[in-house]
Amino acid sequence: MRERMAGVSHWWNAKSRPAQWGYMVPVVLFLLALPVLNPPIITTEPYTDFPISLFNAAVFALIAIGLNVVIGQAGLLDLGYVGFFAIGAYTAALLSSPDSELGVRYPWLVIVPIAMVVTMVSGVILGTPTLRLRGDYLAIVTLGFGEIVRLLADNVDPLRGNRGFQNIARPGGDFPDGTPIFSQTDALGFYWLAVMIIVIVLLFMGNLERSRVGRAWIAVREDEDAAELSGVPTYRFKIWAFAIGAAVGGLSGTLFAAQVGYVNNQRFDITTSTLYLAAVVLGGQGNKVGVILGAFLVSYIPDRFQFEPTYRFLIFGVALIVLMIFRPQGLLGMRQHLLANGRQAYQKLFGAGAAVAPSGLTPSSKARGDLPETVPDDHAGTSPRGGGE
Amino acid sequence: MSEPSSTDTSLDTPPSEEGLLESLEHMDAAERAEHDAAVSASVAPERDFSVAKGETLLAVDGLTVRFGGLTALDDVSFDVRRGEILGLIGPNGAGKTTCFNIMTGVYRPTSGDILLEGRSLARMKRYKIIQTGVARTFQNIRLFGAMTALENVVVGTDARHRTSVPGALLRLPRHRREEREAVEKAMALLEFVGIADRAADKATALPYGYQRRLEIARALATEPKLLCLDEPAAGFSASEKDALSELILKIRDDGYTVVIVEHDMRVVLGVTDRLVVLDFGRKIADGIPDEVRRDPAVVAAYLGGDLDEESAP
Repeated sequence: MRERMAGVSHWWNAKSRPAQWGYMVPVVLFLLALPVLNPPIITTEPYTDFPISLFNAAVFALIAIGLNVVIGQAGLLDLGYVGFFAIGAYTAALLSSPDSELGVRYPWLVIVPIAMVVTMVSGVILGTPTLRLRGDYLAIVTLGFGEIVRLLADNVDPLRGNRGFQNIARPGGDFPDGTPIFSQTDALGFYWLAVMIIVIVLLFMGNLERSRVGRAWIAVREDEDAAELSGVPTYRFKIWAFAIGAAVGGLSGTLFAAQVGYVNNQRFDITTSTLYLAAVVLGGQGNKVGVILGAFLVSYIPDRFQFEPTYRFLIFGVALIVLMIFRPQGLLGMRQHLLANGRQAYQKLFGAGAAVAPSGLTPSSKARGDLPETVPDDHAGTSPRGGGE
Repeated sequence: MSEPSSTDTSLDTPPSEEGLLESLEHMDAAERAEHDAAVSASVAPERDFSVAKGETLLAVDGLTVRFGGLTALDDVSFDVRRGEILGLIGPNGAGKTTCFNIMTGVYRPTSGDILLEGRSLARMKRYKIIQTGVARTFQNIRLFGAMTALENVVVGTDARHRTSVPGALLRLPRHRREEREAVEKAMALLEFVGIADRAADKATALPYGYQRRLEIARALATEPKLLCLDEPAAGFSASEKDALSELILKIRDDGYTVVIVEHDMRVVLGVTDRLVVLDFGRKIADGIPDEVRRDPAVVAAYLGGDLDEESAP
């Protein structure tokens, strides 16, 4: 199993980046078609509407991508991430619901950047005092932050507590037959929107990962003192991690609020934060694709087994435990490429043959031939496997 | 460069002193015998000891550090001159590593100051100290384990980069240029320290000696004016120590200034231009190695340490 995974990973890493995106196109198309195909066995119907279930999974995936920046990359244990999701949702509500005391009705596309800026600022506000703390202390403070946001929603009058906000703005647009693309009842349009947003966010995250920023995050995660003593402004980049994670959380909050059309104080408790964390840990901290898979499972399994309401959370729990026993590092192991042009660099290093073929990132075969002490793992550079020249 | 395998050293120095000087190390008898032989075989006598290089690069001025009631450093002053290799030695607990930690901002001095080209480092943020020009390695290797060797070194080069989130997010030209240059420079550094063949391997997968060299490469990548090596030869075999000494000399010859804390007298006497000796937080000697090891205070310090160690169970 592990061998095969390493093989797949190596095959994938040997592809050039355009080729990888080429492979991604059919995958994305398949994902977009999934609710229309509504395949038996996989579908969650008749208990849960399949497009809605998929939309919820997609929102979950977006949250996991954001949380992965904070936990997986920068190694900061954030237990209050639901707070950012809530701030995003409430920003959308306040800016567009007729129940809001602000009395404005902005369109969704205007709300999104505002909500992202608001959550980003709240991430900085949370991070500025707390990111001087480390480890357990940080976890406790962020846990407190999530609770504060929830209690504000409960108790601050303009946030309307349990009554909530109705008729939150949705993106516009109609299908050719005149039905709206984005509606509360049919989540198909929203699901497509969520998938496209995920693709865009992944592109930007990849850019960050293969830069000074991504390297700084990984360095902080690996050894914060050594990072600082190697010239990494750790505090600044930890705040950036919080801010970017928060912005993605806020984005998913607005997406969620728009689809449901209704926000009240019921959905932002610690349990939700814990599920986000579970998605990241299950999928594989520090692996963007992994956390998407993890989020899908965490969101999908309870929906899929809804026909068994008594036992569905038992099934869910057992599934999580089994996964953690057999894949303690998550579904996909940690993986990162931290150099914008590392591919070319390794090729130049490991021989002309690799340099000629743009798809041949095979340092392993050449570097490893005469060096016995190899530690097998999932990383491209250390996989003891040749091929792909 | 010095000839490490000269054999007439033992004639120059009384054997007792040799024994005293390297008694710092906690060794068992066999190791010690082997070590004695190696030391007398290769301490380099024909190095130009009297050379005094350049102007002051780093000035340590009246440095005092107290941890509660414990005085780790007591009014220590010395200079590091541009282009030299300065050895910072002393028995265990003498304050060598504390001194390093002050120089790189890990601790803050209770009083006194450290000036690099006249700029005080005493209150500077740690990463600013790196940017000002002091880089270090660690006594116990501290690499970024999940990164490749190349990526580790590129983190070092990032100390001189200015790209932040917006530049990286949008792949702006400066970011792309910095990335390109960083990889080239990091590759060159890996070749310089002699581990380029394993550039694509994760740091944790590298052999011990490679890891030590990788730390040096990462530190050099920050373009330091002053490189601080904290026990770089710890855990090395005799031949590895020779190779390391060679590397340190090469680094010096490349124009860097080096401060080295090291217990291994063979390495210390083989590479340093000057020695500063600490004992119980105080500076007891400062000068060229040949003088320092004849200094009565130094001999006494090591003799005391030696007796203590032997009387301990």
